[in-house]
Amino acid sequence: MAGTQGRDLDRKKLMADPIMMTTIVVLIAFLTLFILYPLAILLVDSMFGSSGFTLDTFRRVLAMASFRTAIGNTMKIGLLVGVLSTAIGLLFAYVEVYVRMRRFTGGLFRLISMLPVVSPPFVLSLSMIMLFGKAGLITRFLLGIYDNNVYGYWGIVIVQTMTFFPVCYMMLRGLLKNIDPSLEEASRDMGASRMKVFTSVTLPLLLPGLGNAFLVTFIESIADFANPMIIGGSYDTLATSIYLQITGAMDKEGAAAMAVVLLVITLGMFAVQKYYLEAKTAATLTGKASRGRMLIEDSSVRIPLTILCSLVAVFVIAMYLCVPIGALFPTWGYKFTPLTFKWFEQVFTKYRGLQAFRDSFVLSLIASPITALLSMIISYLVVKKKFKAKGFIEAVSILAMAVPGTVLGVGYIRGFAGGLFHSGFLSGIYGTGLILVIVFIVRSLPTGTRSGISALRQIDKSIEESAYDMGANSLKVFTSVTLPLIKDSFLSGLVTAFVRSITAISAIILLVTPSYLLITVQINEFAEKGAFSIACAFATILILITYGAVLLMNLFIRFFGTSRTQREET
Amino acid sequence: MSEMHVKQPKGVKLDHISKIYQDPKTKKDFYAVHDVELDIAPGSFVTLLGPSGCGKTTTLRMIAGFESPDEGEIYLGGEPINELTPNKRDTAMVFQSYALFPHYNVFDNVAYGLKLRKVPRDEIRTRVERILKLVELSGMEQRMTNQLSGGQQQRVALARALVVEPGVLLFDEPLSNLDAKLRVQMRTEIRRIQQALGITAVYVTHDQSEAMAISDQIILMKQGVIAQMGSPTEIYYRPNSEFVADFIGECNFLHGKISGNAEKGCIVALEAGKVAVQTEKSRKVGEDCEIVLRPEAITIGEQGLLPCTVELSCFMGSYQNYHVRVGSELVKITDNCPLNKKVFREGEQAMISFDPACAHLL
Repeated sequence: MAGTQGRDLDRKKLMADPIMMTTIVVLIAFLTLFILYPLAILLVDSMFGSSGFTLDTFRRVLAMASFRTAIGNTMKIGLLVGVLSTAIGLLFAYVEVYVRMRRFTGGLFRLISMLPVVSPPFVLSLSMIMLFGKAGLITRFLLGIYDNNVYGYWGIVIVQTMTFFPVCYMMLRGLLKNIDPSLEEASRDMGASRMKVFTSVTLPLLLPGLGNAFLVTFIESIADFANPMIIGGSYDTLATSIYLQITGAMDKEGAAAMAVVLLVITLGMFAVQKYYLEAKTAATLTGKASRGRMLIEDSSVRIPLTILCSLVAVFVIAMYLCVPIGALFPTWGYKFTPLTFKWFEQVFTKYRGLQAFRDSFVLSLIASPITALLSMIISYLVVKKKFKAKGFIEAVSILAMAVPGTVLGVGYIRGFAGGLFHSGFLSGIYGTGLILVIVFIVRSLPTGTRSGISALRQIDKSIEESAYDMGANSLKVFTSVTLPLIKDSFLSGLVTAFVRSITAISAIILLVTPSYLLITVQINEFAEKGAFSIACAFATILILITYGAVLLMNLFIRFFGTSRTQREET
Repeated sequence: MSEMHVKQPKGVKLDHISKIYQDPKTKKDFYAVHDVELDIAPGSFVTLLGPSGCGKTTTLRMIAGFESPDEGEIYLGGEPINELTPNKRDTAMVFQSYALFPHYNVFDNVAYGLKLRKVPRDEIRTRVERILKLVELSGMEQRMTNQLSGGQQQRVALARALVVEPGVLLFDEPLSNLDAKLRVQMRTEIRRIQQALGITAVYVTHDQSEAMAISDQIILMKQGVIAQMGSPTEIYYRPNSEFVADFIGECNFLHGKISGNAEKGCIVALEAGKVAVQTEKSRKVGEDCEIVLRPEAITIGEQGLLPCTVELSCFMGSYQNYHVRVGSELVKITDNCPLNKKVFREGEQAMISFDPACAHLL
């Protein structure tokens, strides 16, 4: 049927807007070159040998007993971490939304939701070893156990659970808040006990959300590189196997094939999570709760739940605190007094700390505004505009979320080390700071885009339409209306991108060259060598930087963000 | 107000416009707007009226440029504008949600379009002040938009659209977020300002009383096509279909056959008796027909044309509401100012009558 004239006109109107056309073309080129192409080259590399199409590389890789074990290990960890994180996350979310809390507990909760944001990914592994390892503070000095082994399966599971459960907690908190209290009141009114209300109303409503949280954690867990690297010991996961295959065995084709295996698993999970569970979650929990909820005051419920949560929270916080404290002891595990700053001094005097912080800082500082702007532009186009390539742009930038850093790293090595398609073209960017910046951007783009999209969806479409109708072109609409309205979200995107970049390791560790010293890579090296004090000193400074960035953002939002009167209405 | 003058208002012409959408469930294409032909005279107030999904908003958005017609051409002031983007069209729209910029105060909201047009600063100030006076918001320049009531926000939206002196002013259900009393007040305001400025206005609403109160011309749409267009009186008293009659106000339909033609109309044989109805053309004897009767055009009493049985009698304040059975058909009657008239009770017999000039034959 017809409809072509409308499409033609839409296209002509788009063409009449050169700024937007250019933006779209540049975006498509960027996404194709730096997300799709490196992944595609992995497939090509692992499937096409010198004699055309072959699955030999896959056969070879899958024949390795160590790789098959790694797959099994990864799945076992992911499964358990997913279940545990979801359960603990649910407990925290439930207590926050349903139970009246003291101010102290509230503070603990806020800290818990904040810590994983500002801390580098492997900090908990460090403190786990320092507290429970062979020379662990708790195991050896408190309990007198001299041969405790934290390395391996349980070490990874515990550390990952503590790292990821706050994410589940925040996801589930949002969902629980959206449950209309009258549903539960109706159930209670008809004679259900509190337990019965939970199992017959709250839980079923939350079920898709729980599945969602589980899968998100699962993906995070199997994509995690840093923790298994530090605390895994000889217990290999997919991510670490790929790394070792490249750095140890120098087998790039093999690593490419392994990366494809890992990518297929995460993408599969991601597809289920994105298109099945997310839709279901939205369908069961729509809209905002109409009224406030009667908080549970009953001591028999309140006290045990609060105590349980507080214990977990205190434990996690203690783990984080262990890092800065560890950096102050003269010799960890042997000599605890007097406290000293010598490790911090050594960071700068002996271990080129200044260069490491400068490199990390500058590269992240370059990457974060680009990321924030790019993700806002993508979200603007996706939410507010219609054009043919929209689906492509949205799909690719969201897809990048499911790509483990290690996979991306291998893709960049294969895709750019010898230039595009091994032709030598563009090979100049490999090994430079530019490619590190690009990796930073690509790694943070999906989160930025996702939060940008949700921020923009809150803005009535007609506000921008009216600016457009009054005579503003797309650039003017974006700068005079859209951007000011999502200023807060832009700022937090900026800081998130900065924090993510400066704490990134999985893709970076494969791409960094000796000309750049990055903090995270340094920490990883020292932790590998067992130099925990110096690793802790590095990590402490890093946490201070990221925490400072977050504080700065909060201050900025308070003074220059959406004004208070404006916010009251929403 | 006399000092306000608008540059020449423009006419709008829709030349066989269609818009095709795809049903998201069945994946089938359908016409959201089908072959709409319309000529809006400069300076007139035209309302697109119809139930939701009739294509009225789509039509308006095509004039603004947010949607592109799949068939046909749109002219503004005689110029084809199909290929122009919304920012290049000489239109200004008042949105249903007002769409005020929450990060600007009242002044900056209204001045937005003028700034884009690079109007000198002093002139912006005088023009904004003048228009704010017109919408009775003088002194509120520095308020943020969320410090305004719904009605005031509505006025800001109107001022923002008016101040750029568009060739045509577009309204997308602008009053639907206001409460009933304010709605009546604002529609009078809009009409007053439109008349004062002599501006062309295209107004979309689903509220028939709003449409009647405000328009020179009503275009009633149904499923993407124009069902009828005409002045409010024409649409109300001379509907061309059961749909139009029913959509505009409450309506009774009496089924019968033409039994003869009289000097100024026809004689219709109903189940309950014969009545005369005024028509412009004579009709073929023996043809099936329907008499369209507004509830307020019928009188109920001891004497009359047709006998009936009262089934419901209900006091509504300004009128007595009756449901009566005439033959086998249910007829609704609103009997105004019932205080010193005989009020019939349920089950009583009565007679109804009507002026042949107030009835319409379909």
